[in-house]
Amino acid sequence: MSYAFSIEPILDNWEIFAQGAAMTLLLTALGAVTGVAAGILGAVSRAWRLPVLSPFYAVYVECVRNTPFLVQLYFIFFGLPSLGVKLSGWEASFLAMALNLGAYSTEIIRAGVMAVPRGQIEAAESLAMDRWQIFRFVILRPALKTVWPALCSQIIIVMLGSSVCSQVAAQELTYAANLIQSRTFRAFEIYFFSTLLYLGLAILVRRFLKAFGRRIIDGRTA
Amino acid sequence: MISFSLWDIVRHLCVGAAWTAGLSLVAFALGGAAGLGVLFARISPRRRLSAPAKAYIEFFQDTPLLMQLFLIFFGFGLLGLDISPLLTAAIGLTLFTSAYLAEIWRGCVEAIPKGQWEASDCLAMSSLQRMRFVILPQALRTAIPPTVGFSVQVVKGTAVTSIIGFMEITKTGSMIANATFKPLLVYALAAVFYFIICFPLSALARRVERRLHAACAR
Repeated sequence: MSYAFSIEPILDNWEIFAQGAAMTLLLTALGAVTGVAAGILGAVSRAWRLPVLSPFYAVYVECVRNTPFLVQLYFIFFGLPSLGVKLSGWEASFLAMALNLGAYSTEIIRAGVMAVPRGQIEAAESLAMDRWQIFRFVILRPALKTVWPALCSQIIIVMLGSSVCSQVAAQELTYAANLIQSRTFRAFEIYFFSTLLYLGLAILVRRFLKAFGRRIIDGRTA
Repeated sequence: MISFSLWDIVRHLCVGAAWTAGLSLVAFALGGAAGLGVLFARISPRRRLSAPAKAYIEFFQDTPLLMQLFLIFFGFGLLGLDISPLLTAAIGLTLFTSAYLAEIWRGCVEAIPKGQWEASDCLAMSSLQRMRFVILPQALRTAIPPTVGFSVQVVKGTAVTSIIGFMEITKTGSMIANATFKPLLVYALAAVFYFIICFPLSALARRVERRLHAACAR
């Protein structure tokens, strides 16, 4: 059998790869911002046992954490239209990623919020900080600082998980790979290269998040 | 055209669930055994062993499971071997599981205080004896909750194998959804099946962890 690893199909289609990678990054960025925001709200609701929100989040977290991302995505993309909610491929992907990350980050950030010592809050009260200041500077920031590494890993996991979004025609990196594969029939080369691209993206995003955490969360003391 | 009653849908999903459970068990058992090997390589003081183990773990943690499955599927094809979706899924998930478990267990082994390692050196234990009698028994206690917790990730990971055509819950679900035009119902039921498998595992992981914390606090 004669087989030669051929790099041409990769070089010829670099634009499609680049667009796919850009879409993956965009989906990850949007999903991460929305998901972490939902997670902060969830963590606070759960930690302080807010009425309505706390039980809602408890159910939501368990449902999301105990079902696969792919099924959540199919439910949103194929299922919701019967209820009159029609979403495009990338909208459904974004929603699924944000919902997924929201559930995981609720649990992660909650651990951080619970780890803030009671004495810190009492100290802040005795310094006459108002509730918002206490929340922002004494609870949220140290909590995020504690759990930032775990949160970064989860964001990476969601980004890698987004490779299944090609199944609902979101034009991300795996979709690009499938497209080029169907044109060139060079399956192994294409998927090998996309795997390396994912590896590169994961390393890049992890570096970015680390720097972001250093600068925004434990950087300036405002 | 065949018409599906609710019972028909549930019946077929049950068959899919059996495949999901079977694949998860195989991946978890084989992945655990392989993971132990990766763990030993990873914590070895010899760089010739630890560096490849580190690269192995990072590769599987930093690339999508779907891509790993594609590479196995088409890689075997290049070698002229026709590989079934079941075998692809089993190999892929086993490798994936071994990398994650090795990393989880490494954390547990490295959390054992340095004094324990030194003490076993003082007792002139060989490195095998040290692992067998001092480090692993202690690491095992802390390793149980995250290991049980990770089994949930393995079960959920099997959903991705539907894309390469393995007939588990998700694939069965999407075929029924296409035949019945009831995607909302079918995917909700598929989610319920996963929940039934995963929730007890998550709850168990939480319980074991709480008990461990209570034991440590004592």
